[in-house]
This record gives sequence, structure tokens and C-alpha cells, in this order.
Amino acid sequence: MNERLWNILLDAFPKLLRYGAEVTLPLTALSFLLALAVSVIVALIQYANVRVLRQICRFYIWIIRGTPLLVQLYLVFYGLPSVGIVLNAFPAAVLVFGFNEGAYMAESMRGALESVSTGQMEAGYCVGMNYLQIMVHVVLPQAFRTAFPALSNSLISMLKGTSMASTITVMEMFRQAQVINGRVYESLGLYAEVALIYLLFCTLLTWLQRLGEKRLASYGGARS
Amino acid sequence: MMLEIRDVHKQFDGQDVLRGISLEVNKGDVVAILGPSGSGKTTFLRCLNFLERADRGQMVFDGEAFDLHTATKADIARIRKKTAFVFQNYNLFLNKTVLQNVTLGLTVAAKMKRAQARDIAVAALERVGMASKLDSYPNQLSGGQQQRVAIARGLASSPEIIYFDEPTSALDPELIGEVLSVMRQLAQEGMTMLVVTHEMDFARNVSSKVLFMEGGSVIEEGPSREFFEHPRQERSREFIRTILRK
Repeated sequence: MNERLWNILLDAFPKLLRYGAEVTLPLTALSFLLALAVSVIVALIQYANVRVLRQICRFYIWIIRGTPLLVQLYLVFYGLPSVGIVLNAFPAAVLVFGFNEGAYMAESMRGALESVSTGQMEAGYCVGMNYLQIMVHVVLPQAFRTAFPALSNSLISMLKGTSMASTITVMEMFRQAQVINGRVYESLGLYAEVALIYLLFCTLLTWLQRLGEKRLASYGGARS
Repeated sequence: MMLEIRDVHKQFDGQDVLRGISLEVNKGDVVAILGPSGSGKTTFLRCLNFLERADRGQMVFDGEAFDLHTATKADIARIRKKTAFVFQNYNLFLNKTVLQNVTLGLTVAAKMKRAQARDIAVAALERVGMASKLDSYPNQLSGGQQQRVAIARGLASSPEIIYFDEPTSALDPELIGEVLSVMRQLAQEGMTMLVVTHEMDFARNVSSKVLFMEGGSVIEEGPSREFFEHPRQERSREFIRTILRK
């Protein structure tokens, strides 16, 4: 490796890391929180079988899962202004990522909710609790535990997915790599470098996931 | 009379499961509900606690009349407060410890203070011999232990009557005894109990009264001793013979 390239990479590293920490990570965190909220609501509506709302949820999942994320980004950021809805790039990205991953996470949550035996629901009624109390104290905690690996997966996939926000002008980590590359023309080195930082972030999340699973492994472990 | 149930009907998908079941229960009665599988015993018991909604039927509980079909949410809440239900599969809350399983209904539903709920729960767990496992999770217990915790969970709300739905049917044979002995002890202490069961020893020696059902109807009803020693119906005699031959 020649000295020029080495200096370029060394110079780029703190910049990339800064955009990673200041834009990519917050973008991921906000999108994930939105996705989590959306998925829990959508899953609960389906679980409780609320008639009309349930149809709307199925429709939402159908649309989101059936169209590319990139197209959704373009529709919201470049398309909606023509009907008078103008969003800044960052909030537009949060909305699209949140509602997109939310559809997938809703299915994970629904499966996890349905895996909690209905007998526990009945037992809850028999000790005098109402539907909401049983959901909060008994069903949801168990469902979150079951859905945790799938939700962690979604988080990791979302972190990498935020690089797509570069296409709608969000100045995040990957966009920053593109900008630097535009000046110095070192595609291989710079894109490998940014890939490495994504890998670093994902490794960190995987590690956090393991830690989380260990803490959640309570309930006396699986015995069945 | 503590509990009077009249003419309970229930259909599933157009099939008659209950064809007019009636039953009178006095305080301290232990009623064994017997019958071959598919006779509607469990459905009958579940209708009494609104886990199933009967198509027709009345209930008089402590002098207060309810319609089993049209009972309101408030009615159901009031009835459930006076009753406890023990399931075949225990149905303990798997994310809660033994202690929390028993206190949850008290703190969340009855809004009781934590310390008071704990005292009541520990006392209930002592009655079923499970006070040494307060911090265990259901998955760490044997079936017999789980069922005893489930009974303690029922006892904690000081119910006037406990419904048992085949409480020993899911248990390994060597674990049945510990649950039955808890139930026997409750019976001796004067607890009113309705027990759907296949345990003939329990029906014969512990229960005071038998309700024998088949095909959704009551075939015979009466004091346990009479039922086992002088069954009036041919069908009852046949049932007792097959059971005793096992």
C-alpha cells in the first residue's frame, strides 16, 4: 500500500467514524424505535383481531413487503413533494426505514404473541385481571423475549440499510465516503474502509444482542 | 344454598355439547363431576366461570341471580372474584416466579399493597407445601409442584368456591398423589369445590356429591356413597364397572 493511499485512509477514518456516530447511529436508533412502536401496534391489532383495523394492518404489511425499500425512499422524498408533502431528508429516511422494518417486525411480534399459550390469558382472567393487564404483565413480556432474536436481526439489517439514505441526500456515513472518494478517487480503499466501520458497528450490536439474550434467559430457562 | 345452576345449554358448531345441566351446591360441598370424555364436563365448568359463554342458563350465586348467556362484564368480574379456577395444564404465568404468580392477581387486579399480597401469597403457598420455592420459575418445577402453585394462586383471593378442571390429568402418575392430598386437605377444611376428574378414589372418598354426565346431559346426581354403592341408572353402573376394572 502506497503512502498516499495510507494517508487518505487515515485521514478519512475519523471523519467517517464521526458521521457514523452522529448520523448513521441516531438514524438507526430513531428508525428502530419507530419500527418497534409500529410493529407492536400492528401485531396487537392482529392478535386482538380488531376487525377493520386488522384489514388495514394486513394491507400495510402487503404493500411494504411487496415493494423495494429504495423505491419507497424515492416515493416519499422525491415523489410526495408533488402533492405538497415536503419532508427533509433525515425525517423522510426515519419514516421510511421505520415503517418498512416495522412491517417485518410486526410479523415477528405477531408470531411471538401467538406463541404465548392462551391458557395463561384464561388464568389471568380467572384471577381477576382484564385484557390490558394480562397483556402488560404476562403476554407482552414473554412475546418480547421470544421475538428478541428476530428484533435484533432487524436492528442489524436496519443499521446497514441506512446507507441507502445516501440516495435521498442524507449526509450519513456512506454518503460521506462517497464525497471523500469524489475528491481523491480511491474507491477500493475508501469503500472497504467504510465497510469495515459498518462491520464494527454490527459486531458491537451482535455482542449487545448476546448480552441481552443472556439477561433475558431467565424464566428458569427452557424445560418443556 | 350457595350456588344454584339451572339449565345450562351450549353448542359448538351446531353440535349440542350441553343439553340443560343443573346443579345445586351447598357451602362445603365437594362435587365430583364424572363422565366419559366428550360428555361436556369441562365445558360445563368453563361456562360457570365464563371461559365459555353458555347459550342459555341461569346461575344464583349467594342469592344473586345471573344469566349465563347475557351476563355483563361487571357481573362476570363479580362472579370471578368469588371463584378460583384450576386448569388441567396449570397455566402458570411463565415469566413470573412462584411468588409473583400468586401475588399478581392481588396487586394488579385487586390493587392490594405489595407487602400484604406477599403475606397472603406466602400463607397460600404454605398450605400447598410450596413456600420453599418462592423464587423459582414454573419451568423449574415438576408438574405436581406447578399444579400446587396454581392451587395456591386460586386460594390467594379467598374464593368461596374453587373449580378444578381435571387437575391431575396432565400429571405423571407418581405426581398425582401430592396434588390430590392438597385437594383432600382443602376439602377437609370445608372449601367448596367442583371437580371434573377421572380419579375415582377421590370421587369416592373425598367428594360429597357426584354429578355423572354423558352426552351433555346429567345421567345421575347424588351423594357420592350412594352413587358408588347403589347407582340408580344402568349407565352409571356400567361406567363404575369399567372404571373400577382399570
